[in-house]
Amino acid sequence: MQLEYFLLLGAALFCIGIYGLVTSRNAVRVLMSIELMLNAVNINLMGFSNYLDPAEIKGQVFTVFVITVAAAEAAVGLAIVLAIYRNRDTIDMEQFNLLKW
Amino acid sequence: MNLAEGVQIVSFGILAVMMLVTSLGVVLLSNIVHSAFLLAGVFLSISGLYILLNADFVAAAQILIYVGAVNVLILFAIMLVNKREDFSELPNRWLRQGATAVVCIGLFALLGTMVLVTPWSLDTTSPAVVENTVIALGEHFFSDYLLPFELASVLLLMAMVGAIILARRDLIPDTIESQETVSTSLTLPERPRELASAVNSSEEN
Repeated sequence: MQLEYFLLLGAALFCIGIYGLVTSRNAVRVLMSIELMLNAVNINLMGFSNYLDPAEIKGQVFTVFVITVAAAEAAVGLAIVLAIYRNRDTIDMEQFNLLKW
Repeated sequence: MNLAEGVQIVSFGILAVMMLVTSLGVVLLSNIVHSAFLLAGVFLSISGLYILLNADFVAAAQILIYVGAVNVLILFAIMLVNKREDFSELPNRWLRQGATAVVCIGLFALLGTMVLVTPWSLDTTSPAVVENTVIALGEHFFSDYLLPFELASVLLLMAMVGAIILARRDLIPDTIESQETVSTSLTLPERPRELASAVNSSEEN
């Protein structure tokens, strides 16, 4: 097993997440794409932790912090989506132009 | 990891293919409920990859937090905003998607070249694998990463309070009980939207 396999896998997942983030019109799907990108970062951290720093596993510590922040982000993001849906009666990203000129 | 090399390669291949296919399904499927269930598949296969990387505690935490909490939260959000909505067609939408796909493929090519070209300084000696990752993680959390650990708890508290305040519904006023319209037994006792806006505007005046 090589480190490069895991890094390539993380890069592919990150690119899929960016594609979903830019092209999706449903606001909940945008949040799912953000979760995909955070997981790609986690795969990178775990790969480096196992192959470059196996004695003291600091990458796993960072992964736990990233998981914590991702959980908080999901809760707040979904609350924002619910609030916007209640005010605007839509979840189309193209109509969320509240802060756009 | 005391598995044979071939077993590791085969399981890595299965998990990688599963992860890529399910993540493409999350992004590309039109039904969002299917996307949410495929997201659980992505998280489960990532957890399998963590086990391949000698990280048992983080694999368990990944399943517990992502599949158990985040994915269920996303499913609840989908149910709360469940509205069959036909998005209005945009002009040049295919151009936008094509440009994004080109940018993403280019980014992947860039990252892949970087990964393959860089000489990673892997030590050839057999790594001293940590015997018990839970103990090692606990020592990190309570010695050199103590401040981020405490800050994470404060962050979770702030996120909880913020989510409650953002998603809170206003109270139902008692006056609209009398003019209740036809309600089946399946409707929730919510304040109707036009009444809510009327009350808000009257409060502002």
